[in-house]
Order: sequence, then structure tokens, then C-alpha cells
Amino acid sequence: MTVATIPAPAFAIETFRLANGLRVVLAPDPGAPVVGVAVVYDVGMRSEPEGRTGFAHLFEHMMFQGSHNVGKAEHMRHVQSAGGTFNGSTHIDYTDYFNLLPSGGLELALFLEADRMRGPAITEENLENQVSVVKEEIRVNVLNRPYGGFPWLKLPPVMFDTFPNAHDGYGSFGDLEAATVDEAQAFFDAFYPASNAVLSVAGDFTVETARDLVERHFGDVPARPAPVHPSFAEPNLDAERRESYVDERATLPAVAMAWRIPDPVTELAEFLPYVVLGELLTDGDASRLVERLVHRDRVATAVAAHATFMAEPFASRGPTALLIQAFLPPGGDVDTVMAGVHEELARVAEGVDEAELGRVKARVAAQLLRSDDSVMGRSRRLATAEVFHGDATMATRFAVLLGEVTAESVARAAAALTPNRRAVIEVVPGGNQ
Amino acid sequence: MSTAIPGLAPEVPLALPTPVERALPNGLSVSLVRRPGVPLAEVRLSVPAAHADLAVADMLAAALFSGTEGSTMTQIAQRLQGVGGALGAGADPDRIAVSGNCLSSGLAELLDVLGEILTAADYPAEPLAVEQSRIIDGLSVAEQQPEFQVSRALDARLWGDHPYGHQQPTAAEVGDVDRGAVLALHASRVHPAGARLIIVGDIDPDGAWAAVEKSLSAWNGAGEPRRMEPLPSLKPGPIVLANRPGSVQSAIRVAYPAVARTHPDNAAQHLANLIYGGYFTSRLVMNLRESKGYGYSPRSRVDHSPAGSVQLTSVDVATEVTAPALAEIVAELRGMAENPPDEAELDLARRYALGSVKLATATQSGIAGYTSALAACGLPLSWLAEHSERLRAVTAADIKRVAAERMNPDGAVSVILGDGEHVTGPLADSSEIEVL
Repeated sequence: MTVATIPAPAFAIETFRLANGLRVVLAPDPGAPVVGVAVVYDVGMRSEPEGRTGFAHLFEHMMFQGSHNVGKAEHMRHVQSAGGTFNGSTHIDYTDYFNLLPSGGLELALFLEADRMRGPAITEENLENQVSVVKEEIRVNVLNRPYGGFPWLKLPPVMFDTFPNAHDGYGSFGDLEAATVDEAQAFFDAFYPASNAVLSVAGDFTVETARDLVERHFGDVPARPAPVHPSFAEPNLDAERRESYVDERATLPAVAMAWRIPDPVTELAEFLPYVVLGELLTDGDASRLVERLVHRDRVATAVAAHATFMAEPFASRGPTALLIQAFLPPGGDVDTVMAGVHEELARVAEGVDEAELGRVKARVAAQLLRSDDSVMGRSRRLATAEVFHGDATMATRFAVLLGEVTAESVARAAAALTPNRRAVIEVVPGGNQ
Repeated sequence: MSTAIPGLAPEVPLALPTPVERALPNGLSVSLVRRPGVPLAEVRLSVPAAHADLAVADMLAAALFSGTEGSTMTQIAQRLQGVGGALGAGADPDRIAVSGNCLSSGLAELLDVLGEILTAADYPAEPLAVEQSRIIDGLSVAEQQPEFQVSRALDARLWGDHPYGHQQPTAAEVGDVDRGAVLALHASRVHPAGARLIIVGDIDPDGAWAAVEKSLSAWNGAGEPRRMEPLPSLKPGPIVLANRPGSVQSAIRVAYPAVARTHPDNAAQHLANLIYGGYFTSRLVMNLRESKGYGYSPRSRVDHSPAGSVQLTSVDVATEVTAPALAEIVAELRGMAENPPDEAELDLARRYALGSVKLATATQSGIAGYTSALAACGLPLSWLAEHSERLRAVTAADIKRVAAERMNPDGAVSVILGDGEHVTGPLADSSEIEVL
């Protein structure tokens, strides 16, 4: 498949900015009678204060506890009474709040998001309750299951030295329990001004109506200065770092390797080959590492590679990494897997066949399009493109930009993944022993 | 509470696409749904497989794309990848299912690959051995997951000797499967008679039909279809405690009877389940999560399967609050009949239910999934419109009656997976317990 045949989504995108600094993205599409409304705040786990691991996520929960005109749990009740669904999610570099509703609920969703943008109801009781809920979430997702937090929570402390990059973004129970109302208010004051947010609406509406509603509900959200985003830069590794830990519930050895890669925003052109490389290595049975490690050598039962820690190459900042993770058969040897990866990277570095590259690009394009199938996914992608790349329409161009990645640049990317720049985390299975 | 909450704009009616229904002479039913949006096509194929050996069926599904008489696994994967596509397969007690997607411009190529594997999958020995090891390794991990462990215990307790009672084969069962058994299962059961293919997306139905005819007409044979018997009735009894030493949470599962989608009470049951625990604004979530902080995602759902329906409460809570959480679940269930919803509570759930149908059918993958799930119970996509009308007619009296009949904790089956050392004592204070 050549670049010219990669299809682009066919919906219009309009962007504007309110006087208070809120950036707004509108993407009308009458295809189905639903709307997606997303608000993305430019703050994530990297910005939480030292000694308060997990705070960005805990604060996300607090944003559902009520606001000036909305009582506790009423956000959910209002959205659901409109026939809609909602959620929020906290990421390394951003936090998003999103709603999907039948189109008649557009104004309601805008009202609710504007109301909490003016400030959530942060009380002792709500905070204590949500600390309990978050602890249960961590038990479900990390503590009570095998491979919890592997590798996204386990690898950063090996690769990085500074608190913003290295710490556990889900948080320690001690830090969560120590969180105070004053700290939550300070976090809101610092990171939740309208000028640090993007509102994105996709689906069944007209631009004129939506623009009026946005002005009506968000226009009087007070203007406050956006935070200055500090640099999180750290020097690259110049020697391999390797650690291991015992997971009492794991039954198979596992390993994740990571290498620092160019900045996804400021060095986008240099970053894109790594996104393609990840797919070339592990997407499907025709990919290099699945063919080699799983089917030929049988030294891994599953292998996956992706750019950025949470596999969101277009919603991340630097410093970040390309990760390759593998699960091994019982008793499998991690060094054998790492040697196989090294050999395959060397083969890619020698050159990539255009036909193979074309197939990989077709699959990448289809996967990006699939995330636009839902107007909720679409509104979130448009918003993060605006936050990270300063241009929501970039969300519709990533597939084409990836299509322009050359075989030479993919080979160079593979050549840069040398053992001396590698951070490695190994899971030693303790389960069933 | 100073500013008025905006009301809703006039409701836009549900607008379901009308599938083009066709059938091939070999018996394959085909639903084609044009749903523009993104230039993709979603594909779902369901082949009836009642009473197939599940370990063999899992192996068949895992190795379905491992090679044919004419193509290697790599060649098959490359052809799919070239049209931005992917196909996967899975098995459950009712069926063997293939699902995937591709750029809509590549649909004919994807169907051609599908036709080749359905007619000529060869399960070559080496890739089959790889898949066998992967399933066994994957099971060893799954068997450490509380969700998997409690589902296995619950299925066994609920359904006993019915095929639904054993939905996850053991590593030993998978290890015993040989290539001959997989080939025999394919030969006897992977046939178009009774099978359904669903294609949804930015497609031209006539063009898609031509591609289906070209690629799937050669798939043939009537096979040996077998019927799945209906699920047995629930048999209430002591709480089953599955011990998981060291578990930091308890997985509480409470099952109670449900009626099928076609039953006159189904719409009331749908809303009663929502009010009790089926959405965030429900009694269960407000109590267990937002008031007590016991669990992250307490929930209740109605499961409709071809063999029958059941309602299920699922709550994962910290070990130390296991007994109080169970007491709250029981109280909330009982409360559905003793403290039935008023009009406002009912109307909120109704609006949520009506909206959910719109949201679920707003995407290509949603329409494909809903069409497939309904077809498995013998219903067309248009059933959703009829169901929406029935939801509008449900009264508070209906909810009370349905809750009294089927949401009574005395008729429920409860299974708890947790650290027996810490939860047995507190549970035994109020309930009869059977420790596995």
C-alpha cells in the first residue's frame, strides 16, 4: 500500500479559543445521533508533587464528587439520565474526562464540564471515600493479579532517576492516605485553569449551535494563567540497567526492555519511525519478533512492542521510550529472548523491504481509523492532538505521516536500540512454586 | 444549587440501519450493514459448535490461521496485514467465532483469506504445537487471576453437568489434544449450515455480497449440528467459598434467575437490573462505592446466552469488608421489592437504557457486536427498536413484581473467592458456608 491510498477520515474540524484561554475543537458528523464531549487537562502523573504519588489520579476521582451546581454523584446521574456514559482517565502526561451521550444531551454535558472546570467540591469526607475507592482500584489492577503494573509502573524506576519520570503513578497507599483537602485545592489551582485545557466535541451537532453553547457555558469560567510546564529531561543511559523482582502471582517469566527514543512532540519526524518499528516487530504473525521468538525459536509465548509507556504515541511527551515485552514459557531464559531481540533488531537495521513496510503501514492506518469509529474516541484523539501538537487536525494526519516514514529511517531506528542504552526489568515468577 | 441544570434537547429517534439479509446455497446466512463513518469493515462469523470438546475447540480457534494446504501462516498473516486487516478466533460452549476488521477497500481480500482457511485449514503440526503451549502457558497465568478463578467456580456451581458448567478447559485437557482431534472437529463442525456472517462498515452491500459469493460459496458440508439444551434452574444453597490464600480482595458473585430477551418481563427486568446495580447511578454502586468505599466497580448485569439467561452481581472488595459487603448486597437485592423505585428512579434508568441502545449502535463495531449477539438468540437487529418501545411502557409496579419474583436473595446462588483464613469466620457468623 502506498501513501496515496491510505484513507483519511472525512469529517470537518473547527478550532477556536475562548477569552479565558480554553481551546475548543468541534468535529461535526451526523452519522449517528450521539455526541462525544471530552475535556483534556494538560497535567498527568509526571506533575504530581513528591511524596504524593498517585495524586493526579486521586484528583481525577475528586472531579466526579460534585462542583458549584452539581452535588456528589450528580455528574454521573445527570449524564446517565440523558442516556449517556462518562469516565475519566489519568495518564503520564494528561488527564481526560469524557462523556458519550445521545445528541440531545450536548448542552447538559457542556454545562457539567464547565461547572467542574470552575472547581470541584473537595471535602474531607469525599476525599476519604475516594482514597478508599482508589485503593480498591489498585488492588484490582495491580496488587491482586499477576503482572500488575508490568511494565508501565515497573520499568520507569529502572530507566529514570528523577521523581517525575520514575515514580509509581498509581501511588503508594501511604501517600494516598496522607493526601489533604488543601493539597487537592492547590493541585486544582495550579493545573486546572481553562487555559490548560482543551474541550473537544465530536458527533451529531451543528457548529453554530455548539459554538453558542460552548460560549454560554465556558465563557465565564475565570481566566487564570496556565502553568509553566517544566522540562522533565534526563540524560540518556550510557550503560545498561537491569533489575528483576519476584511476582508471587506470576507463573511465567517475563521481561521488558526499553530504550529512550526521540521526543514525540518536539522531534516528531525522528519519533515516527519508532512507532512503525514497534508494529513491524510485533503486530501479528507476520511480524519479525512474533515469527522469530514465538513461532520459530519458541522462546516466548507472547511478545509486544510499542512506543511510549502507555502505548499512546500521539498523546505523550518526552522523555519516553520504545518498549519490547515478552512472556516466556515456564523455565524460559530471559537472556535468550534478549539475544533474539538483539539479532532481529540488527536484521531490521540492515534494511527493510518496501512490501513489508507497506503492509505494516496499512495496518497502522486501519488501527488509527478504528479509534475514530466512536465519536467518543474521536473527541479524545482530537483533544490530545490539540494539547500535545497544538493542532487538533494532526489527529487525522498521523496515518499519512506514518505512511511517509522511510525504510531507511526505520532501519536507523532499529540500529539505535543498542544494549548499552537499554533498561531491562525482569519478572521472576513466584506463583505456583 | 443556584444555576439551573440545562434540560435535554428534543430526542432524536433511534435510527437503526437495515441489514441486507442474504443466504448462500450452502446454508451460510449473511447480514450486510452499510454504516459509513470510518473507511473500515467489521467482520463477524459465528459457527454453531454445541457439545464440541472445548479444549479441542480452543486449539482449533488458536491454530485456525496457522496454515492451509496452499499457504503458510506467514503468508496468511501478510495478506491480512496488507489490507490493514486482522482476524482472530475463539470458542465458547455454543460456537466457534471468527472476528476481525480491515480497510473497507480490502474486504474482498479478507473474505478470500477467510474462505481459504474455512475450507482448507490444515493445522500443521509445528504451529499447532506452538499454539498448544501458548494456551497452556496462558491458562497458568489466567488461573492466578481472581476473575478467572471465581468464574470457573461460579460456572461449576451454577450449571453443574451442563456444558456451561465447564467453560474453561484445564491445561491437562488442552495437553491431551492432538492434531487428529482438531482436524476431526473442523471436519465435523466448521460448516456453513447454521452459521452466520455479519459485515458492517463503509461497504457497498452488493459489492460485499459479490465478494462473499466468490470467496465463501466453496465452503461446504452440512456437518453434524447438535442442539444445546436449556440451562437448568438455579439451586440455592450455602455460600460457596473458594479459598485463595493471601488474596487482598474477595471476589463476591451472586447469581439469581433471569428471563430471556423474548419474555414479556424482559424490559422490566432490564430496568430493574439497572436500578439495582446495572449502572453508576444504581443503588449498589451508590452504596458500596460512593458511600462505603468498599469496592471500585460493584455491578450487576443480565447475561443472555443461547441456552438461557441469568442475573449476576459482581463486587470485588477488600478482604476485611467481605462479610459487610455481602450483607449490603443481600439488603439491596431484598430492597428492590421491599423498597421499590418511585417514578423518578425508574425514569432515570429508563432514559439511560434508551440512550444506551443509541450509543451501542453508533459505531461499526457496536452494530457488528449487537447484530451478532442478538442473532445468537434468534433475534434481528430491529428487535432493539421494539425493545426500546417496551422500555417506555414499563411501570413501577412491573419493577416491583419482577424484583419480587427473581431478585430475591433467598433464590440466589453465591460464590466468594477470597482468603479463607480471614473471611470464613465473619461470613459463617451470618450464613451457611461450603468451603471448596
